[in-house]
Amino acid sequence: MLSKRIIPCLDVKDGRTVKGVNFVDLKDAGDPVELAWQYAQQGADELVFLDITATHERRKTMIEMVKSVARQLNIPFTIGGGITTIQDAEALLNAGADKISINSAAVKNPALIEELAAAFGVQFVVVAVDTKLVEGKNRVHLNGGRLITELETENWIKKAENMGAGEILLTSMDHDGTKQGFDCKLLNRITQMINIPVIASGGAGTIDHFIEVFEKTGVDAALAASVFHFAEIPIPDLKQKLKYHNIPVRL
Amino acid sequence: MIGIVNYGAGNIFSLTSALERQGLKYGMVNTEADLDKYTHIIIPGVGHAAAAMKKLEQTGLVAPIKALKKPVLGICVGMQLLTDHSEEGDAKLTGIFPLNTRLFDKKLGIKIPHMGWNNIEHKNNPLFDGVANGTQFYFVHSYFIEYNPIFDIATANYGEPFSAAIQRDNFYGVQFHPEKSGNAGEQILKNFSNLKQ
Repeated sequence: MLSKRIIPCLDVKDGRTVKGVNFVDLKDAGDPVELAWQYAQQGADELVFLDITATHERRKTMIEMVKSVARQLNIPFTIGGGITTIQDAEALLNAGADKISINSAAVKNPALIEELAAAFGVQFVVVAVDTKLVEGKNRVHLNGGRLITELETENWIKKAENMGAGEILLTSMDHDGTKQGFDCKLLNRITQMINIPVIASGGAGTIDHFIEVFEKTGVDAALAASVFHFAEIPIPDLKQKLKYHNIPVRL
Repeated sequence: MIGIVNYGAGNIFSLTSALERQGLKYGMVNTEADLDKYTHIIIPGVGHAAAAMKKLEQTGLVAPIKALKKPVLGICVGMQLLTDHSEEGDAKLTGIFPLNTRLFDKKLGIKIPHMGWNNIEHKNNPLFDGVANGTQFYFVHSYFIEYNPIFDIATANYGEPFSAAIQRDNFYGVQFHPEKSGNAGEQILKNFSNLKQ
């Protein structure tokens, strides 16, 4: 049986992980490679690295980091942030990234999804969608929720699937950072609407939130950052609990 | 030493990294003559089966590979190339295995691609030495190799049973990515390198 995936997300700036990370055994909490390795040892099924570097030199630094991660890591990982061209994606693929995640670039130029899928296969293309409820409608947002778009979330996700997205990473901006649980209502609607895997993101605060999202929705994976970084939820404990609730996990 | 068939179908950095972590030496196979330099051959591959087959044909390596008597391992699309035919691009393939590569059936209520960790049941083939039955491996694919008890050495289930690994004489194929499948995946690569000629 296909396992439900647990995915820690790391923010990376200039090749270093940002946000406080509070791991007991970590020599260098800013080193994405060491952190990634630690997560793999704990039983993470996959990792997402989000590049938040804004400078022009960003690409080179990121490629070097991706190569270091691929050398060390024996689980799959996704790179997101600032990918706007086929060339960006190809450089990451050749450096060992298993998937790339695109967000704003896809909204601005939906044909990019099609081009990436044709060039590298649908399995390589994750479309990340940030959504927020505005006047009763789920609307796609950009720039970490600061910029609203015309797009309705459900329509955009359907379109992304049709254009060749291999997976959807759906972040509820209303839930993100609240630690009050995932947006199960929306996630359930989305998973019933499309036929590609969905990663739930935004709102994880407790182990029960993970159980809830897997029991109440058809999502394939759940992503979180701070609850893992600050060791509030140790991944082995989380997986044991999920297994106890008959949710298929990799132990 | 392992030779990796270098035919431009997908990135091999993760594979070479996994071999390095295991201390396994490797080199690249670009020409027929290169095949003689290695004791074991890996055919990697991601992407579109028909496109990958075209690339492999362009290297002129199809006939020499079919004639090999040393252990050969196809990974993911590299495994699918060893079959007769793929529904992906309606492609005629090498035919080393008289099997078909088929598209997963949406009607079975499954999501496509099959992406993530799935458990396998293996049949004690040396390729799976030290790997417990039920171990999970990392899969990412939309097309699969139909189950056939003659060639199947490990089975997975996604809507229906399919071959996670196959063997015919010196030819082996795995649908999952051993280079991304944690310690169990690395064990498979080690086991392959230990297969006798």
